Parts: sequence; C-alpha cells; structure tokens
Amino acid sequence: MPWTLDSDRPIWAQLVERLKTQIVSGYYPPGSRLPTVRDLAAQASVNPNTMQKAFTELERTGLVVTMRTSGRIVTQDTGRILQARAELASEQLEQFWEQMGRLGFSQEEIWALLNQKKEKEGGHGHE
Amino acid sequence: MSEHPTDSLVSISDLTKHYGSKIALDHISLELPHGRIIGLLGPNGSGKTTLLKLMNGLLVPDKGTIFIDGAQPGTATKACVSFLPERSYLPDAMRVKDLLSYFTDFYADFDRPKAMSMLDSLQVALRSPLKSLSKGTKEKVQLAMVMSRRAKLYILDEPIAGVDPAARDYILQTIIQDFDGEATILLSTHLIADIEKILDDVIFLRDGKILLSSSVEDLRSAQAKSVDAYFREVFAC
Repeated sequence: MPWTLDSDRPIWAQLVERLKTQIVSGYYPPGSRLPTVRDLAAQASVNPNTMQKAFTELERTGLVVTMRTSGRIVTQDTGRILQARAELASEQLEQFWEQMGRLGFSQEEIWALLNQKKEKEGGHGHE
Repeated sequence: MSEHPTDSLVSISDLTKHYGSKIALDHISLELPHGRIIGLLGPNGSGKTTLLKLMNGLLVPDKGTIFIDGAQPGTATKACVSFLPERSYLPDAMRVKDLLSYFTDFYADFDRPKAMSMLDSLQVALRSPLKSLSKGTKEKVQLAMVMSRRAKLYILDEPIAGVDPAARDYILQTIIQDFDGEATILLSTHLIADIEKILDDVIFLRDGKILLSSSVEDLRSAQAKSVDAYFREVFAC
C-alpha cells in the first residue's frame, strides 16, 4: 500500500513525520532494525533518493543510528524518543489551536469544550 | 569526438528535429546525471516521443548532438540503453519464453533469472503466446524485460499508460526496487499524479522546447503544490 502523502508539501518532510510517528509510537521500538531505504521506498511508492533524504534527517536529529554491521536502527536513547514524542504532540496542539481559532473559538471556549469532552468521556469509565 | 561534459550520463546539445515543415524539437539542450529517475512531461505533441526516439537512434536529428555515456546513439549506446517504446514491437506469435531467449541473445546485460522471477510474480506462463495476453499484461511483460537488463540508462515511453491502477503500483514498485542508484531512468508520461512521488526530477516540454527542468522537491517547495497541479496550471487549455 503506497503511503498517503499531501500533494502540496515536499515529500521528504512527510516521510520524516511518518517515520518519526512510527518510532515514537513504538511501531519501530528503540534499538530495532529499520527496513532498508529501498524496501521502505518501494513500500511507500516514493523515490529512493527521497527516502534516503528522510533517513539522513532522522539520523541528523539522532532518532536513527547507522550501525556499521546491522544497517540502520532506531536509537536506544529513550530520552531522545520521548523528546520527539513531546515535539510531535506540541505540533499537534499548535495545529489544533490554530484551526479552532480559524473557526472563531476563543481560548476560554476551547477550554470549556475540552472540559465538556473530558466529563463525557469520563462517564464512560476510562482508566 | 568533440568535447562534452563527462560527468553527465546524457548530454544533449542544440537538438532539432522537423517533420516536414513542422518543428518537433526546437534547439533543445539537456544534461542528465547518473542515478536519477527523471520524468519527461508534456502534453500530446510536445515532442516527448521524438526526443526519446532520437536518443535511441530511431530518428536522425536535423541538427544538434546527443551523447550517451560518451557515445552518439548507435551500436555502443544500444548495449547500455534499455528502451521501452510507446508501441509494442514484438511479434504476437512469439511466446514469452521466446522473448526471454531473444533478450538473452540480443543483450549481454540481460539478467534472465531476474526476468523469470518478475514474470513469475506477474503470473505469466512462459508458454503463453504474446497474443493470448491482455494488453495490460503484455505491457507488464515488456517492462519486465526492459527492466531486467543491467543498463546504464532506461528510457521508458509511457510505461504505465495502458495498465490498471493496481498494475501501475506494481510497475512503480518494480522501478523503485530495481533502481540501483547508478543507472538513470528517463520516463515520459502524462499520468503525473501517479508517478511524481517516484521522480527525482521533471522536465516539462512544450511545443518542442524545454519549459522547465527542476527537481520535484524544489518545484513542490517553490510552488506549494504538486507537480501534477502545477502541470495543469502551466498547460491549462
């Protein structure tokens, strides 16, 4: 299955986001071996050079490490992964905030909505 | 022969071709590097097929030069260029296994086991005559043959036009998986949306001239839209 990609942004940045999410969510656990660039490129139906660029970026930011013998692995530094997780969460929140703002919601209204939602879901006995 | 940049795989200079009084290619100059997947895009009649035929020595230019790996189109380039023409040139009575022998005889760089495994994954029986295959399957078989050569340059004229979307994905994945980072693939298409994700660079042709030559990512960043959307804008009727 080719990956779904937005048409209006560079592809490599979207590949980075997707791989980051897969690392943060534990789909690729810390220390695990990643598929080769070529396999992942074929899986995503993207140009291998573009996938390579995404890997280079992940290496630059320390999420992915190249081992001399076993190819590329996810970093074993769980602190780094948690940091990436926090970054992704904060991006999501910013987007959410911005979109709600576009819909004309004030900060107070957004908080009120979130609290309402929380009470409703609390009623279903989460946790 | 004359001096030409040797770091490019393909070096085209001032290439011009007329059909009668109509100009098909109008003083085109182009350098294609090694290890890229390049899309040759343009509306019907923009000169794509003419350019590809000239590169394969099937047409003779009125003016200008083409060098592929240092040689002008001819015997030397045929040994290192794998060409998928727009139309099938294979006799219908031929069986798939004859086709394998034919490629083995003709091309020193033909990787027969690889072709066999591709045909196997396409579930094509070696005994089938080509005429018994559907149009789409025939196209897949031909592409499998062409991609099974260890060539320096693959020239594919509309490789996905005649096949269904599922087969299109298979073909694109084949192209990606075979791509060794050394060879260059030049493919023409008007199905840009399906193919732009696998391209490094695009060349837009219009009325026999190069309108634009850019990397896909640069174009997408600069225009904040897909190559497909940009193409539609540029070539809007």
